Amino acid sequence: MKPAPVAYARPTSLTEALELLAGTPDAKVLAGGQSLVPLLNMRLAAPTLLVDINRLPGLDHVMAAPDGVHVGALARHSAVLADAAARRTQPLLADALSHVAHATIRNRGTTVGSIVHADAAAEMPAVLAVLDGHVEVASVRGRRRIEARDLVVGPLQSSLEHDEVALEACFPALDARAGTAFTEISRRQGDYALCGVAAVVMLDEDGAVASARCGYLAVHETPAVVDLPALVGARGPLGDDVVTAASDLALGVLDVEGDIHGTAAYRRHLVRVLTARALRTAYDDAATRTTTRTTAPTPTTGGTA
Amino acid sequence: MSTTSTDQAAEPTYDVRLVVNGTPHEVRLPARRLLSDALRHDLGLTGTHVGCEHGVCGACTVLLDGAPARSCLVLAVSADGAEVTTVEGLTEDDGTPQGRLGPVQQAFVDCHGLQCGFCTPGFLTTITAGLRDNPDPTHDEAREMVAGNLCRCTGYQNIVKAVERAADLAGRGRPDGDDARPADGGAA
Amino acid sequence: MTTRLVGQKVPRVEDQRFLRGGGKYVDDVLVGATTLHAAVLRSPHAHARVVEIDVEDVLDVEGVHLVWTYEDLADAAVMPATMAEPLPLLIPHPALTHGRTQYALAKDEVNYVGEAVAFVVASDRYVAEDALARIRVTYDFLPPVVGVDAARAATNLVHDDVPGNVGARLEQTVGDAPAAIAAAPHRLALDLTVERSACMPLEGRGTVARWDPDSGRLTMWTSTQTASGVRAAVAVKLGLDLGQVDVLTPDTGGGFGVKINHPWPEELLVPMAAKVLGRPVKFTEDRREHFISSAHERGQVQHVEVGFDDDGRLLGLDVEFWHDHGAYTPYGLIVPIITSTQLLGPYKPGAYRVVFESLYTNTVMVTPYRGAGRPQGVYAMERTMDAIAAYLGKDRTEVRAVNFIQPDEFPYDHQMVFQDGRPLVYDSGDYPQSLEKIKALVGWDEFTAVRDAARAEGRTVGIGLACYVEGTGVGPYEGAHVHVETSGKVKVATGLTTQGQGHATVFAQLVADELGCRFEDVEVVTGDTRRMPYSVGTFASRAAVMSGSAIHLAAKRAKEKALRIAADALEADEGDLEIVDGIVSVRGAPGSSISLGTVAVLSNPLRYAFDEASKAATQFTVGDPGRPPVAEDDEPGLEGKDFYSPERSTFASGMHAVIVETDPETCEIRILKYAVVHDCGHLLNPMIVEGQVHGGVAQGIGGALYERMEYDESGQLLNASFMDFLMPYVTEVPDGIDIDHLETPSPLNPLGIKGAGEAGVIPSAAVFASAIEDAEGFPITAMPISPSDLFALRQQHAAGASGAPDPSRPSDPSDQEDR
Repeated sequence: MKPAPVAYARPTSLTEALELLAGTPDAKVLAGGQSLVPLLNMRLAAPTLLVDINRLPGLDHVMAAPDGVHVGALARHSAVLADAAARRTQPLLADALSHVAHATIRNRGTTVGSIVHADAAAEMPAVLAVLDGHVEVASVRGRRRIEARDLVVGPLQSSLEHDEVALEACFPALDARAGTAFTEISRRQGDYALCGVAAVVMLDEDGAVASARCGYLAVHETPAVVDLPALVGARGPLGDDVVTAASDLALGVLDVEGDIHGTAAYRRHLVRVLTARALRTAYDDAATRTTTRTTAPTPTTGGTA
Repeated sequence: MSTTSTDQAAEPTYDVRLVVNGTPHEVRLPARRLLSDALRHDLGLTGTHVGCEHGVCGACTVLLDGAPARSCLVLAVSADGAEVTTVEGLTEDDGTPQGRLGPVQQAFVDCHGLQCGFCTPGFLTTITAGLRDNPDPTHDEAREMVAGNLCRCTGYQNIVKAVERAADLAGRGRPDGDDARPADGGAA
Repeated sequence: MTTRLVGQKVPRVEDQRFLRGGGKYVDDVLVGATTLHAAVLRSPHAHARVVEIDVEDVLDVEGVHLVWTYEDLADAAVMPATMAEPLPLLIPHPALTHGRTQYALAKDEVNYVGEAVAFVVASDRYVAEDALARIRVTYDFLPPVVGVDAARAATNLVHDDVPGNVGARLEQTVGDAPAAIAAAPHRLALDLTVERSACMPLEGRGTVARWDPDSGRLTMWTSTQTASGVRAAVAVKLGLDLGQVDVLTPDTGGGFGVKINHPWPEELLVPMAAKVLGRPVKFTEDRREHFISSAHERGQVQHVEVGFDDDGRLLGLDVEFWHDHGAYTPYGLIVPIITSTQLLGPYKPGAYRVVFESLYTNTVMVTPYRGAGRPQGVYAMERTMDAIAAYLGKDRTEVRAVNFIQPDEFPYDHQMVFQDGRPLVYDSGDYPQSLEKIKALVGWDEFTAVRDAARAEGRTVGIGLACYVEGTGVGPYEGAHVHVETSGKVKVATGLTTQGQGHATVFAQLVADELGCRFEDVEVVTGDTRRMPYSVGTFASRAAVMSGSAIHLAAKRAKEKALRIAADALEADEGDLEIVDGIVSVRGAPGSSISLGTVAVLSNPLRYAFDEASKAATQFTVGDPGRPPVAEDDEPGLEGKDFYSPERSTFASGMHAVIVETDPETCEIRILKYAVVHDCGHLLNPMIVEGQVHGGVAQGIGGALYERMEYDESGQLLNASFMDFLMPYVTEVPDGIDIDHLETPSPLNPLGIKGAGEAGVIPSAAVFASAIEDAEGFPITAMPISPSDLFALRQQHAAGASGAPDPSRPSDPSDQEDR
C-alpha cells in the first residue's frame, strides 16, 4: 500500500496553484490529505501531479461574520470545532464536526476538503447543504460561487472543474428563532455514519414551526436535503404523527441503499428514528433560544468575532 | 528471471527538511514517500510503527508541529520544515544516554498499558499531546483521548488507567502538582 | 530478604524497550539502503486457471532486481526441486483424506482472492509495487465456491479432485447418542451459525533474510509464533542443512494464532531471493494483504440435537457441524477437532456423538485464531444450555449446575481424543465454585430487580452467562537453558516466541525464585534458534505451562550445580546452603558466603586468567591434582538445561457473564457490565493474566458484535480494511471488566499452572447471544450480531407475532414437541 509515482508542486501563491492545475488535467489538490492519501496509498487514485496548497497564504481562516461562518480551505476541522465564535454563529457546524472521524484526523483534515470530496456519508457536505451554504472556488478562468445544492452531483463527485480550487466554504448563520440538531448512528464511534440527520427548525413569533428541513447523510447517493412543510404550524413537544409525517416525506425523497454495515430496511428505519430525534431536539433548541432571547436582558452575543 | 539495474529509479526527488525530536535532518525523497516511511527507513527512527496505512489504526501517530497526526497519511515532502516528535522523543533528559521515561511512558509501565507494544508509540504520542491540552482529564475525557487508536492486545482497560496515571505523574511535576489526585489503582 | 516473585504483579522488563521506541519488530531489522524489498502479486479472482503470466514489462523497471513466477520455482538451474512442490501440510490426520496446500506461487490455478501469483524484489517497496502493476496475468475464470452452503451443495468444486468439497469427515462417539436422545423425556434441536473473523494483529506478517556467502549460512528474521518450525521448513524447502539456518523472532506485534502457520510463501521466497541476489531482502505485509492472504477463522454451521430429563440433565448430545476451512488445509483439522471436543465444556454430556465435515471454499484459508474452535464449540453448548433452561422454564444457571463435572470427579475422562492425539482427560477444576463466583460478581440473582427497574424506564436489558473449559499447554515439549555468567548475570533461553505476553518478565520471575538470583540479573531470550534450537511454538495457551515449566526445571538444575560447587568451596554441606539475591551462604553463618558469579567462575576450570575473578579458576589455584579438572559426569560452566514434556494437556476453565442494553429504537447493543471468573491454576503474574483477559474480552466483543469477513458471491472480500472490518476502539469496550480468580492447581506440571492466553475470547459469542436473547425474548442463533441484524430479527418476530413462543419461554428454538 504505497502511492504510485507522482510529481509534486508546492505553490506559494494562488495564481501559481491555479496555473499548475490548469496545465495538468489529472492533477489533484493536496490539502489535509486525510481522504486523498488513503486513496493514493491504495492506488485507487494516481494523479500525475499533486498541488500542495498548504503553504498558500490567507486560506486558514475561520471567521464568524454576521452572515455566517467562513471557513478557509486550509482551516482544519479541529480549528473550526474549537472556534467559539463559529459555534455561536452556527452551532450545527460544531455539533456535526464532533462526529467527523477522530481527533487526530480532525487535526489535519480540512473542512473544505471534506466538502469537495463530496462523500455522501460525510458530515460536512450534508451540513453545508441543509444550511443552504455555498463554496467559493477559483480557477485561472476566475472565481465563482457554487451553491451547496449544486455542489455534489454524484457519489464522490463534486461540480468543481478539474482546474478549480475551493477557497472557502460559507455556513450561513443561525437565524433568530431557529434551532438545530445533529444526530447520527455509526457502527463504531468515529466511523462513517449508517445514517445521520442534521435538522434546522425555525419558529414563528408564536412559537409554532415556521419552517423545518433535514439534511441526510449516508442514506442517499448524495447529501440530501428535505424540506418538511408538514411540520409548519406544529408546536412542541412534537407529536409522533408530526415526526412520522416528516419521515414519510424524507423517505419519499431518499433512495436508501444497504451495504455490509446495514441493510436498506434498517437504514430506512434509522431515517425515521433519527429524523424524529433531530427534529425534536432542533425544535427544543429553537424554543430555548427564542425564550432566552426574549427574556434575556442583554442583546444577543453572536457574530462578534 | 533476474534483472540487475540501478537502485535509483528515475523519479523526481525533493529536498525535505524535518526537525525530528529536536534534531534537524535533510533528506531527498520522492514526492510519494510517506512520512511514516521517511521516519522509519530514511531516518532510521523505527519506533513509529505502521499498522494499516489508511489512517485508521493510529499506530503511526506522531506529533506534527505539536499536533497528533497519522504519519501514514502525510507525504514527507508536504511536511517539509515541520517539527516532528516521535516516540523516541518522549523521554526526558536525566543526564544518562537513554534518558528517563516521560510521565506517559512511565504510566504505561505502572498500569501495564501495553502488551506487544506495536500500537503503543501511537498511544504515547497521542496522550502526550492530549495531556498537554487537557492536563487533568475526567475519566470520560481520558477514554476519549485514546478513542482514535486501535489496540488488539490490551482491551484498553489499562491504557485508560495509564492516561489518568500519566496526568497524575505529570501533575506532580507542575507547580500546582501537590494537589494532584492519587493514582486510582492503576499502579501494580 | 527476597520475597517470592511468582504470584506478584511484577512490572514488565520489556516495557522499557517498547516505550522508548526500541522494540525490534521484523520491519525494524536491517533498515538501510542495502536491503531490498519484496512485494507479491496476488490473485484478484477467487477461482481461476492461470493461463499466462507476462512479466516482460517489469524487467525494464528501474530498481527491480528480480521477478519470479511458478515457472521460476520449477527452474532446476536456480531452485531446489522442493521449491516447486506444494507447501507442507503441517498436521496430517487420518481423517484428512483430501488435504491440499498451495504452492509458494500459484502453479496452474488460484483458489482465493489473495493467493500469491508472482514475486518481485526491488530497491524499495514503492518500486516493487510499481512492478506488480506491470505484470499481466491471463486467467480463465472458474465458478467460485463461497460459504458453507455452497460448499455443501457442491454444485461447483474448489479442487477438481476433492469430491463434495469435503476435505475431512471425522466422527467421535461416546455411547449411543441418537438412542439416548430418542429415549429422553425431552428433546430439542438447534441450528446455529458463526461467521468468519480473523486475528488481525496490528503488525502483519513479515520476513527478512540475509545470506552470508562466505559461511554459507542463512539468517532469517520472521514474525512468527514458531521460529523453530520456520527454521525446519526453510531448511527443507531451500535444500539447506538445518545447521545452516538461523531463525530469529525478536519482537512480534501480536499474533493471536495467525502466525503459527508456516511457512508462508514469503518465508520461502524471501530467503531464496536473498540467497540468489546476495543481498538482504525484506517482505513486510501490508494491511490489505493481511486480510486476503494470511488466514481467517470461526466460520461454522452447526446442528445440535439434545435429549434431557426434567432437571435439564443431558442424556444425549448429537452434534453435527460444517467447518469452512477455506481454500487449503496447511494446519490440518486442529480447529474443528477442538470445536468437537471442547464443546463439552464443564459438563457431562451423557452419550455424545459429534461429526464434522471440513469443507473447501474459494476463500482465505483457516488456521487457528485465539480460542481456535473453542468459541464455536462453547457457543453450540451454551446455546443448548440456554435453550434447555427456556424450555423447562428454569434458571439458566440451574441447568448448567446439574450438568457440571464435580470437583471430586477429577481426573475426568471424556473418552475422546483431543487435538494433540491424546485422551481428553480433565486434570482439575471446580466448576460449582466458579458458578457461585460469577453469579455474585455479575449480580445474577439481583438481576430481576434490575430488569424490572429498566423496563419501568422503557429500557431493555438482558443478562447472559457462558462457561468454558480450555485445554491448554499442549505438547509435545518446550526446553530451556539457564546460564549463570561469571558476572552473576543469568541468561535464559527458551525457543518459543513472544507476542506481548510478557514472557521476559514471567520467566525471569520463575528463574529468580528457583535459582535465588536477583530478578534484575535475569535476561530472557525467546524465539532465537541459535540459543535454543529445540522448540515447538507459542499457541494453545501453552507458553507459561510449557516453557515456564521447562525454565523452572532448568533453573533447578543450575541451582543444584551451584550448590554442589559452593558446598565444596565453602566446605559446607549442600543442605545447609541457601541462595538469596545471587549469594550462596551457609544458613546461620552469614560470614560464610560466595556469589553465584564466583560459583560460575569455579565451575569452569581455566588455563588463562583474563580478570581478577577468573584468576580464582586457573590451574594453579583450584582443583585436586589427583582428579580430572572436569569430572567424568560433569561439564564446565554453571548452566542448567531441561525440557518439559507433559503426558497431556491441562484444562483451564472459566465463566463470563454480561449485562447488555438493546436500544428499542436504533437496535444498538450496549454493554453495561462484563464479568469474568477465570481459573488458570496458580497465577504467575496476576497483572499479566488480567491483561490477557482484558484483551481477550475486547477481542471477543469484536467477534460477537462487530467483526466479520464479508465475502460476496464471487469470493471478493468486501471489507478488507480497518475502515470496514470493525475492530473495537476503546469506545466499543466496556468501561471496566470485573475479574475474579479461582486457583485450582494443575497436577500435571511442577508449577501447578494452566494456560491463560486465549480464555478471554472463548465464551464471547455464547455470552452475548445469551444476553441479547434474554433482552429481546427471541432466539439468537447467528453470531456476530449487528444492530442491522437485530433490527431484522425484531421485524421477523414482530411479523410472526401470532405464532410467537410463550414469552415466559423466550428461547425455545425448537419446533420439536415434548414427548
